[in-house]
Amino acid sequence: MSLTVETRATIGLPDAEPLRLIEETGTVVAPKLRRGIDLPGADTLLELYRRMVIARRWDTQVTALTRQGRLSTYPSARGQEAGEIGTVLAMEAADWLFPTYRDSIAVMTRGVPTEQILSGFRGDWHCGWDPQEHRTAPQATPLATQALHAVGLATAARLKGDPIAVATFIGDGATSEGDAHEAFNFAGVWRAPIVFVIQNNQFAISVPLSKQTHSRMLADRAVGYGIPGFHVDGNDVAAVYAVVSAALARARTGDGPTIIECLTYRVEPHTNSDDPSRYRDSSDVELWRKRDPIERLARYLESEGMLGDELRRSFVQEAEDAATAMRDTLNAEPALDPLELFDHVYNVERPALREQRDALAGELDENGSARS
Amino acid sequence: MTTETETPDAVRAKPLTMAAALNSAMRDALAEDPNVVIYGEDVGPLGGVFRITDGLTRDFGEQRVWDSPLAESGIVGTAIGMAMYGMRPIVEMQFDAFSYPAFEQIVSHVAKMRNRTRGRVSLPIVIRIPTSGGIGGVEHHSDSSEAYWTHTPGLTVVTPSNPADAYSMLREAIRSDDPVIFLEPKSHYWMKESTERAGEPLPMNRAAVVREGTDVTLISYGPTVAVALATADLAAEESLSIEVIDLRSLSPFDDETVGASVRRTGRAAVIHEAAKFGGYGAEVAARITEREFFHLAAPVLRITGADIPFPAPLLEKYYLPNPERILHALSTWEWDD
Repeated sequence: MSLTVETRATIGLPDAEPLRLIEETGTVVAPKLRRGIDLPGADTLLELYRRMVIARRWDTQVTALTRQGRLSTYPSARGQEAGEIGTVLAMEAADWLFPTYRDSIAVMTRGVPTEQILSGFRGDWHCGWDPQEHRTAPQATPLATQALHAVGLATAARLKGDPIAVATFIGDGATSEGDAHEAFNFAGVWRAPIVFVIQNNQFAISVPLSKQTHSRMLADRAVGYGIPGFHVDGNDVAAVYAVVSAALARARTGDGPTIIECLTYRVEPHTNSDDPSRYRDSSDVELWRKRDPIERLARYLESEGMLGDELRRSFVQEAEDAATAMRDTLNAEPALDPLELFDHVYNVERPALREQRDALAGELDENGSARS
Repeated sequence: MTTETETPDAVRAKPLTMAAALNSAMRDALAEDPNVVIYGEDVGPLGGVFRITDGLTRDFGEQRVWDSPLAESGIVGTAIGMAMYGMRPIVEMQFDAFSYPAFEQIVSHVAKMRNRTRGRVSLPIVIRIPTSGGIGGVEHHSDSSEAYWTHTPGLTVVTPSNPADAYSMLREAIRSDDPVIFLEPKSHYWMKESTERAGEPLPMNRAAVVREGTDVTLISYGPTVAVALATADLAAEESLSIEVIDLRSLSPFDDETVGASVRRTGRAAVIHEAAKFGGYGAEVAARITEREFFHLAAPVLRITGADIPFPAPLLEKYYLPNPERILHALSTWEWDD
């Protein structure tokens, strides 16, 4: 087997109209408009709903704790739950996720404990979890760099013959970075088993998408790499789940990468230190707040008799309990060992680092209060 | 990481070029460990523009040694993911200055991954970079970029100056669980010498005293080791005894070997091709001054490239440190006799 293949399929531009399976009103899109994509089953839809409710509550709680000063910063994913949760629930346990700083709820949905996810924003260590245990890479802060790591890992899995797939999130702003281009291109050439999920929330801090690209839409990029591209309604979790599931399945069976653009909106500021009133109209925000992905799915589930008051309350309670537990965890001071700063830089101990560690240890012994 | 390296009989038997020694090191590593893979620009059927990977695709197949798209950030970035999945990638940057597109991946990710994950994710990656001048290369083909890498915590930076070290150090770099920037002095690729050395090869993190002397310690690495040795020959004619150190490892720095030499000679000068200001020699001079000040009879000197971009081919001889310039610099010290 060679990494590259000589034959290239002719790939057309994706449909401009984003694929949706459930309308904002909660009604199901007519089969002939679903482009051959089936609505996920009832159990799956209910689970998507439950996990989005939990994620929303979690995100809200973290934002509140950040305002209280418990975290140094937090980029909220409010309103983008469909892309986040739809992608993660489409993944198998053996698959790998490469998230960005805005994808904390995706990492949470992968099963990483809260205090480990928020370690970086809280400030006790850059990445708090074991990436190998959760098959979830550290959250990337530099833009699009993680997409290349994801392509590399996917290619390694392919070389080893492991039938796994990799998913990575990329923001709309990050698609302007050279690494996004290189990641798409390497993935195409090496037929890497990877799904690029572009979370197009239409803003890179203050800069709107119109200043990032002159192309019709980000999914159009795919055709230039010989990769299938999809434009999906990023607030329709059913559509995201279905399209990502199909793309991951393609990847696992050796059919290569897929680029999926999820059209959504960042209803919150970039982070708590941002001031959106300087660059966008609040009426747009209100419009998109009404396009809430969780309420859309709820309307469908209720109309089908799958979600009654009792079940809804039980999900809310579950989310509330998780938020309470998280608040208690984060209200406790994190354990810090300043001397650990020197422990992980190299596998092999270096005399120079040992000297600097000893010097810090001396300072700490002189001033015991510095050590917590 | 292990520090044992072995030089097979095939490598010991006859004089080898550094290019052939590097090729043998990768060949042996590929044969020994199925997780070793090699990729980069033109490293496949062509064998690289310097032919360092000659024959490896033919002998190990395209799944082990292959041509990647022409994008250095992509090459290094994907190596990170491969290393996270258990591979031991060796990637080639075609020329020193062509490694700069990969700067962010190297500095923000390769160097930091182990630390940011609290020691949970190590990246056993070797980034091979043909480096420095002396071959009449056109613009952007002769940079000495070591200070960028040595200033970055998390990277191990080594550079061989001869075929025997090229073999043993590359083997050790490939076995290292930490990422290694492996700087290959391209002017030495065709240098031929017996790789047979007495005893076990020195671990790659140790400096070597390659010529003993009593009056001056010349500290060199990569392409300037040969310049320092030539300087020592010339100085001997004037009854000046020069000790030459080949640093081999730029990060970590072997304070012990350098310090012991400087305590004996009392005088030290460091030689490199890179520009002087903020260069690696500044770190060497500072370390010696901090640690051995009371053993020094004179200030530590730096004989380096000038603080200008690397010159066009016909002018490089005016830029590169040479024995005459080094001896002249040493003569500016006050000498007792």
